[in-house]
Amino acid sequence: MTEATQRKAQGELRLVELERRYDDFVAVNGIELDVPPGSFFALLGPSGCGKTTTLRMIAGLEEPSGGRIFLGTEDITNTRAHQRRVNTVFQSYALFPHLNILDNVGFGLRQLKVADWKTKAMQALELVKLADRAKQKPRQLSGGMQQRVALARAIVNEPEVLLLDEPLGALDLKLRREMQIELKRIQQEVGITFIHVTHDQEEAMTMADTVAVMRAGNIEQLGAPAELYDKPATAFVANFLGQSNLLPIEVTSITGERATVSSHGTSLVVEAAAIPSEAPDGLRLGIRPEKLRLVEATDTTWTNKLSGEVSDASFTGVSTTYLVRMPWGQELTVTQPNDGTARAELGDQVTIAWDPHHAFMIGVD
Amino acid sequence: MALVVPVGRASRKRPARKRGTFTPLLLLAPAMLWLTIFFVIPTFSLASQSLQTGDIDNGFTLTWHFQTYADALSRYWPQFLRSLVFAGSATLITLLVGYPLAWFIAHRSGPFKTMLLVLVIAPFFTNFLIRTLAWITILTDNGPVTGFFRATGLINVLRWLGLVGNDTLLYSPFAVIAGLAYNFLPFMVLPLYTSLERMDMRLLDAAGDLYANGWQTFWKVIWPLSLPGVVSGTLLTFIPAAGDFINSKLLGNTQTTMIGQVIDAQFLRVLDYPMAAALSFILMATIIVMVGLYVRAAGTEELV
Amino acid sequence: MRWLRKNLIVIIGLLVMAYILIPNIVVVVFSFNKPAGHYNYEWSQFSLDAWLDPCGAPGMCDALGLSLWIGIASATISTIMGTMAAFALGRYRFIGRSFTNLLVFFPMATPEVVMGASLLTLFISMGLESGQTTILIAHILFTVSFVITTVKARVASLDPALEQAAADLYATPAQTFWKVTFPLVAPGIGAGALLAFALSFDDYIVTNFNAGATTLTFPMFVWGASQRGTPVQINVIGTVMFLGAVAIVGIAQAIGARRRKVDA
Repeated sequence: MTEATQRKAQGELRLVELERRYDDFVAVNGIELDVPPGSFFALLGPSGCGKTTTLRMIAGLEEPSGGRIFLGTEDITNTRAHQRRVNTVFQSYALFPHLNILDNVGFGLRQLKVADWKTKAMQALELVKLADRAKQKPRQLSGGMQQRVALARAIVNEPEVLLLDEPLGALDLKLRREMQIELKRIQQEVGITFIHVTHDQEEAMTMADTVAVMRAGNIEQLGAPAELYDKPATAFVANFLGQSNLLPIEVTSITGERATVSSHGTSLVVEAAAIPSEAPDGLRLGIRPEKLRLVEATDTTWTNKLSGEVSDASFTGVSTTYLVRMPWGQELTVTQPNDGTARAELGDQVTIAWDPHHAFMIGVD
Repeated sequence: MALVVPVGRASRKRPARKRGTFTPLLLLAPAMLWLTIFFVIPTFSLASQSLQTGDIDNGFTLTWHFQTYADALSRYWPQFLRSLVFAGSATLITLLVGYPLAWFIAHRSGPFKTMLLVLVIAPFFTNFLIRTLAWITILTDNGPVTGFFRATGLINVLRWLGLVGNDTLLYSPFAVIAGLAYNFLPFMVLPLYTSLERMDMRLLDAAGDLYANGWQTFWKVIWPLSLPGVVSGTLLTFIPAAGDFINSKLLGNTQTTMIGQVIDAQFLRVLDYPMAAALSFILMATIIVMVGLYVRAAGTEELV
Repeated sequence: MRWLRKNLIVIIGLLVMAYILIPNIVVVVFSFNKPAGHYNYEWSQFSLDAWLDPCGAPGMCDALGLSLWIGIASATISTIMGTMAAFALGRYRFIGRSFTNLLVFFPMATPEVVMGASLLTLFISMGLESGQTTILIAHILFTVSFVITTVKARVASLDPALEQAAADLYATPAQTFWKVTFPLVAPGIGAGALLAFALSFDDYIVTNFNAGATTLTFPMFVWGASQRGTPVQINVIGTVMFLGAVAIVGIAQAIGARRRKVDA
């Protein structure tokens, strides 16, 4: 893989108003996307959000209804799948059952008339640690091994962009975690742009540099994993990536960097810069469960405090998760790390607090 | 599991082939032309033939003579009825004996599975006339089979059922039905085997776990799941059996004549083409109607 | 009693196997018979005569040769046409598809005697003389539907992702077909071709309608013999065919089974 290692992907992938319709159903609704070369990019979203359709359009397996696809400076919208320097790792792996592992991996190289295809295919198999299986048939391999063969078969061609369609979906949890690390290692080693489609938010955040969250054919939000998690732009993103407590708020005053808002009659402090400029239907304040602390009611170091009754407590070892019922009936989720602080009991009156810069604000949609 | 909707939609209508619409037409053309010229057109010419009058020396003319159909039915209804009864009985027998065999091969034969399958398929490639002639030897009057039937008194049961005329097995309705069942048994066993073999045996454990006894497990789980095989097998057996006349001619007597035999004789020896055509048409229509009703009743779309 | 309950299915299965095999065994045994009269139905005495002179029955080997040639020719043509049609039906959605499926199904639902008769009326009205050509036409007709059905099942069960993977790996549509699709569908095509040959080789009813006065296939020869006297050579051919079929099917199954075992 030496050549591939040295050769960093040059082409930036650009989607311009890309659209796919089926009769009355819009699978992909005119999305815009720039994927910088050499990055690990994840398309994240629930079933039916359009992420796989997008991937298939990039691969050339599906024709867009509108818009364009650029790879570098070249417009590849109308080129056919076999003419694109793009390779795919299929969800079902799609290994050719009648060919052995080596012939599977060498398939693309032979199409491209690469003379030393065997050597290169063996190198790719070494990269995925399956060189000893070269002569076996796909069905003799376990799911995890087949997955790695599919990966080797794609990257060996040194494509500009590698597309991964839920590649870990069929693996069990432990194997999936291993493969996530393995994929990340291989991506860094070969330097090819990876576009990874998944519905598993943890998988996306573990591996990708940039994540695009899709919903109903649109890109809801795009950014680095930490940015999406800490500053989700919509309730959908806030809830799809982890858990969030959302409180309805109204801004009462803004003074410099700080603003005062009220929620159910309680006055709270937020960062003024975090208030979205457009929120016609009202605002909501979001706080992640692990950002909430259980504090003494008398503690004055916290500006934002709410009191309620513990309605549920579940201990998981690393942490305890409480549901705290607010006077207005809403239950907030609080995660308390198992760091030696006293644990609350069911029915206890507790006070929860958070730092203003840990909260985010989103519009009501 | 991601994206069930778009992927499903995409594969359901796979229009991405740009050289679209003419390819299937070109691929289909030879076979469809063949079927049209040599099946559809002859069927119409048969229909026309059945409504003609005349004779072989002076030629036939189309006179819309529907009377031929009435004559055909009134003269040959016993042969029609017999064909349906014989074919139906043979189909039932193949189902009754083929089902246990298919189950045995699929789930209980262990290392002999391949060998047994081979032995079921191999007769396909052996001339069936020769095998039918072997039944003459097997059912011969002083042979062990007839001896067994006489010794156990089973022959009296068969006589009471009207399946044999006296105390011989050969040249009787019994021999014809046994021959039909024998000849078409592989056509029943193979589809049954296919549907039983891919059945998940854990379903039986699940049924047992949910308090079903052996019999209930069969009727509520195994049988419904094997229905596609049952439907294919019964069609593949009944249709050719209803038109067959080899068995009735080689193993039967003048009282076991089936309709195929009549059509054959009318066409090739009596040379009464309109009558032969009318008989053919009635047979074909009967079978198609029965098959249609049967497939609808069985609630399966899978034809063969 | 418990043992019987547990193994009842095995006992029944073996009995039914016997029902299937006994006629074949009779055919084999009686190929060594030296019958007393014209008919080879009763055991008389052991003899190798028929085996030493397999073509001793006048006309039989010619009929056999003709049947083999018609079987091979009709199986080849109907396999080619049937495979093409199966791809069209298994792959494409087009107007008239369900009608086409019906057209494929009808010949299989038509009794042989009706098909033979209607073909005869067509050939008469076309003025086509009965002979090898008409037999070939008829055999292609009744085998092509079986080929289409067999191959179509295989085409339909093909994972579309495999062809997409080939396209993704730089194979043109033609290369995708020859390197991926065809090798994967080939077992179905082979099964269809074997079935077509078996159906053609075994057919008496349709052939008898369309053979004319002078052309004689092997089943027609056997039929004629059953009316006049059965030469022992018929059993020799029957034995060879049965053992040959066991060998061919056995080899094919063994290869399949080994492949499955390795896969497992």
